[in-house]
Amino acid sequence: MKLLVNGDPHDAPDGCTIAGLLEQLEIRVKHVAVERNRELVPRALHAETTLAEGDELEVVTLVGGG
Amino acid sequence: MLTPLTIGTHTLSSRLIVGTGKYATYAQMGEALERSGADCVTVAVRRERLIDADGKNLLDFVDPKRYTILPNTAGCFNAEDAVRVARLGREILSGLENPGADWVKLECLADKRTLLPDPVETLQATEQLVADGFQVLVYSTDDPVIAKRLKNAGATSVMPAGSPIGSGQGVLNANNIRICLEYLKEGDPTYPVIVDAGVGAASDVAAAMELGVDGVLLNTAIAHAQDPLAMADAMRLACEAGRLSWLSGRIPKRLYATASSPEEGVITWQPN
Repeated sequence: MKLLVNGDPHDAPDGCTIAGLLEQLEIRVKHVAVERNRELVPRALHAETTLAEGDELEVVTLVGGG
Repeated sequence: MLTPLTIGTHTLSSRLIVGTGKYATYAQMGEALERSGADCVTVAVRRERLIDADGKNLLDFVDPKRYTILPNTAGCFNAEDAVRVARLGREILSGLENPGADWVKLECLADKRTLLPDPVETLQATEQLVADGFQVLVYSTDDPVIAKRLKNAGATSVMPAGSPIGSGQGVLNANNIRICLEYLKEGDPTYPVIVDAGVGAASDVAAAMELGVDGVLLNTAIAHAQDPLAMADAMRLACEAGRLSWLSGRIPKRLYATASSPEEGVITWQPN
C-alpha cells in the first residue's frame, strides 16, 4: 500500500503496523514519536495500529534547538 | 552561595538554560553544554531523517540521565501546531524517562523576519497546554501586560525576550523587563521569570541577571561564538556573577562623584 511518510511517498506491505514500518525504516524507536493523519499515536499502540492505504505519517525526533 | 532555580516541579542547580542548536558538531555541542554548567537544555522537534549517512542522533550526545531536556515548539506559527509539537516532544521524552516530558518551551511565532511571538496564538496555546497537563515555559515579548495574561493563563514561567532570537542585541528594554518582574512577582516572589533570547555576550547575561530575573536562556551566543567552549565558560561565570550582584544590592547610580578616600585630614589645597 502507498503511504506518505514525512512528506515522501512510501510503499509498505498490506496490514503493516506502525511498529512494522519503523522496523522497515530501521529507526531507533526510542528516539521518535509518530503521528498518523495528524493524530499522535502513543508508543504503546504502535504494534497494534494497522496502517491503511493513503495514511499520512509524521515520524519526528529531537534535534538541536534553542 | 547560590540557591537553585525552581520552575514548577523542577529544580535546577544552574540558572543558565542553554540551547543545543547551531553547533558545528555534536561533539562540540556536548562539550559546550558541559562547560556552560547548565543542567537543563532545550531541543527542537523535527522530522526524522529517514536516510542518514552517519545515523547520529542528538540523544547520542545529550545524556537524558544527566540533563533535564526542555523541548520547544520552535517553527510553530499558530496555537494548533504548537500543541501538536508539544505533545510529540512529550511522547519522545516519556519514552526516555526524562523529567522534561511534562514541560515545554512554548514558542508561537508571528513571522520569520523578527521571530517575535504572536501574543494571541501564544495565549491560546498556553491555555490548551496547561489544560493538557503541561508545565508551560512561555516565550513572550517583553510587554508586561501580555506577560501577566500568560501567567494568569497558568504558565509555569514567563520568558520575556531580551531582543529578537539570535540577534545578539542583549536586553534592549531593561525597564520593560523590570515591570514584567514587578507584575509577575507581585504577591508571588518566587514566580520564575527567565530572559529568553537576544543574548550576544557574557555582559548581556550579567545585565539580565542584575535586573533580578531568575534565569537566562540562550543558544546562538555560545554556538556561534568564535570559541564556543570559552564562551560557554564566560556565560556560566556571567550568570553567577549577575545573580550574586543582584542579591548583593548594588549602589544607586548618582550624577555626581563621591570620594572613596576620606576628606578629613587632607594636607593639600581644596576647591570650594
